[in-house]
Amino acid sequence: MRMDKVLFGDNQFFAVNHLSDEKSRQQAIRFKDDDSIIRVLDQAIETGINTFMCTTHDRIGNICNHLRAYPEKYSGFRIYPCMPYAHKYANAVTELGVIGTIKQYVPGNIFSTFTKGGVAYLSKDFIKLMEILIDAEMKMFRGINTPVIFIQNVVVDLILGLKLYDIFAEYDAYIRKKYKAEPGYITMNLPALLGALKIAGVENPIVCSSINKIGFRMSGGIEAYEKCLAEENFRPVAMQVLAAGALRPKEAIEYLGRFPQIESVLFGASSKAHIQETKEIIEKFIH
Amino acid sequence: MLRAGIIGLGKMGLSHASIIGAHPSVEMVGLCDTSALVLEAFRKFSKVNVYDDYKKMIDVEKLDFVVVASPTKFHYDMVKYALERGIHTFCEKPFSLTIDEGQELVKLAMEKNVVNQAGFHNHFIGTFRELKRLLAGGILGEIVHFTGEAYGPVVVKEKGETWRSDPREGGGCLFDYASHVINLIQEILGPPVKASGSQLKKIYSKKVEDAVYSILTLETGVSGVLSVNWSDETYRKMSTSLMVMGKKGKIICDATELKIYLKEAERKEHHDKGWTIKYITDLAIPVDFYLRGEEYSAQIDNFVECILNNKQTEINSFEQALRTDRVIDLIIKDSKN
Repeated sequence: MRMDKVLFGDNQFFAVNHLSDEKSRQQAIRFKDDDSIIRVLDQAIETGINTFMCTTHDRIGNICNHLRAYPEKYSGFRIYPCMPYAHKYANAVTELGVIGTIKQYVPGNIFSTFTKGGVAYLSKDFIKLMEILIDAEMKMFRGINTPVIFIQNVVVDLILGLKLYDIFAEYDAYIRKKYKAEPGYITMNLPALLGALKIAGVENPIVCSSINKIGFRMSGGIEAYEKCLAEENFRPVAMQVLAAGALRPKEAIEYLGRFPQIESVLFGASSKAHIQETKEIIEKFIH
Repeated sequence: MLRAGIIGLGKMGLSHASIIGAHPSVEMVGLCDTSALVLEAFRKFSKVNVYDDYKKMIDVEKLDFVVVASPTKFHYDMVKYALERGIHTFCEKPFSLTIDEGQELVKLAMEKNVVNQAGFHNHFIGTFRELKRLLAGGILGEIVHFTGEAYGPVVVKEKGETWRSDPREGGGCLFDYASHVINLIQEILGPPVKASGSQLKKIYSKKVEDAVYSILTLETGVSGVLSVNWSDETYRKMSTSLMVMGKKGKIICDATELKIYLKEAERKEHHDKGWTIKYITDLAIPVDFYLRGEEYSAQIDNFVECILNNKQTEINSFEQALRTDRVIDLIIKDSKN
C-alpha cells in the first residue's frame, strides 16, 4: 500500500528544533498541554492530512487515549510510530549503563522474565529482548491503525555502523509478523543504509532520510543521495526538507519534485495556515 | 587500513564503535567490555573479536589505535598500557582523576610520539569553532566577561547508585558535564587559573554533585561565571552555551546558533551593526557518517587523519585535556574552602 504524500511530524510538539535551542524552548512552552497538540492535529486533519508520524514519546500515549476516545472522528487517521524515543534511553545509559537501562525500561523484571540464569540466559536470546522492547514501545498504540512502524535514526545508524545487519532482518520480520505492518527505517546515512539492508536481505524498504537541496544532514554527500534516489529500489520518505528552516518551502519541495521515486514528505508545523501552505506545495510537486 | 580497538562499551564506547566501524580507513578489530551481555551480542551478530581483558585485546590484535571509553577511574591504567606499546590513543573525557596521573600520561604520549586525543567533542561543532575564530580575530575587542553553561536531564530523581555515584571515580556533574564547558572556556577564551565562590551542589544524588557553580578567572585576568546543572529536566538533552561580552559587543553561542551583537558594523567579516545570527546549517562540518551529531564523527576523522599523516592533533590533545583536569581540581579545592 502506498503511503500518503504528506506525513505530519511531531518535532514541533516536543521541543525539537535543529536550528535553535531557544525556539525549542518556546515550543515546549506552547505545547505544554496535550490539548494544544490535539488542536494542531485536528487542524492538520481539517486540511486533509491523515497520517501522523511520531516518536514513542510518553506524551504520545495521551494523544492515543484521545484518538481512542473519539473513534469515529479519527476513523481514517493513521499513526506511523518511530521508536524508540532515544533521549529517554540515552540519558538512562549515561546514568545507569546498558544493563541498568534494560532493567529500568523493560516491563516487569527482565531478569525474572528470563528466569533461568538471568543475564547468561538472556544473552542467548537478544531477539527476544528486541521484541520485548518493541512491544513495550508499541503498547500505547493499542487499537490505533499503525500501518508503518519506523526505527529511529539513532538506533538504525548505530546498528549500521556496528555492522549488526542481521538485526535489521529480525526487526523487519517481527514488525510484519506481530503488527502486520510495514517496517520503516529512519537514517542520516541513506547510501550506506541501503547497502546494509541489501546485505540483510530486506527488499524495497521504506527509508526516511534528510533530503534537501543544500545537503544538510545528508551524510555521504548529496551526490550519493541523488544517485540512490535515481537508481536504488526503495520507498523514500523525505525529511528535513527545509534543512531546519534554511530553505523556503517552495524551493525546498520543488527540488524534491526532481525525484519521482519519493513517495512521501514528512514535515511539521504549528499553525493551520503554515500546514495548509506546505501541504499544497507538496501536492503540487510530488507525484 | 588502520586496526582499531575499543575499551568500554557504554554510551560513548558504542557510539565510537559505530562511527569507527563505518570509517573507510579503519577496520574495527577488537571490542572490550566487562558486560557479558554486551559482549555476547557482538559475538552473535558481528565478526569483531570481543574481549573482557583490555590487555589481551591490545596484545593480540596488533592495534594501530585504541579508544578508551571506560569509566574515568580506569583511564590511567588503560591509556598507560596502550601508550607504552606505542599505540595511538583516543581517551574519553574527563581525562584523568588526578593531576599526577594525567601528567605522567601526557609525558609518556610525548616520549612515544603517538597521536593522543581526548573526547571534548564540542570543538567539532561548527558554531563553537566559528566563535573561536571570531574571537581570535578580535571581533569583540577587549573581553570583559563570560558565562559558560550546560544543562540537561541526567539525574532528575533520587535513585540507586552507579559508578557515577562515587565522587572518587569521577562520577558527578563536575567531571561529566562541567568538564565540557571548562574545556570550551579554556580553548576559546584562555585557561582559567583561579576558581572562586565554587559550589558543588547535590540535588538528587546522595554522594556526588548535580550542579556546579563557580567564578573562573583566566590567565588574562578576565573573570566569568560557570553554571552547570545536570538535574534540569527543562532541557530535553545536554545543552551547552557560552556568552562572551567584549567592549565592542557580545556573542551568545550554543550548538545550534551563534548570535552576534556588535556596537558598530565590522567590515572585514561583513557583520552589520546590531544582531547577526549564524546557524549550524551553514557551519556544520561535513561528515561521511552521522550518528547523534557531526561532531562525534568529525573528532574521529581528525584523530584518524593525524595518525595517517603522522602529525599531532591541534585540537583536544591530552595536554589540553589535562589543563581541564587542573581547573576541575581548582574548583574542587575552592569548594572545600
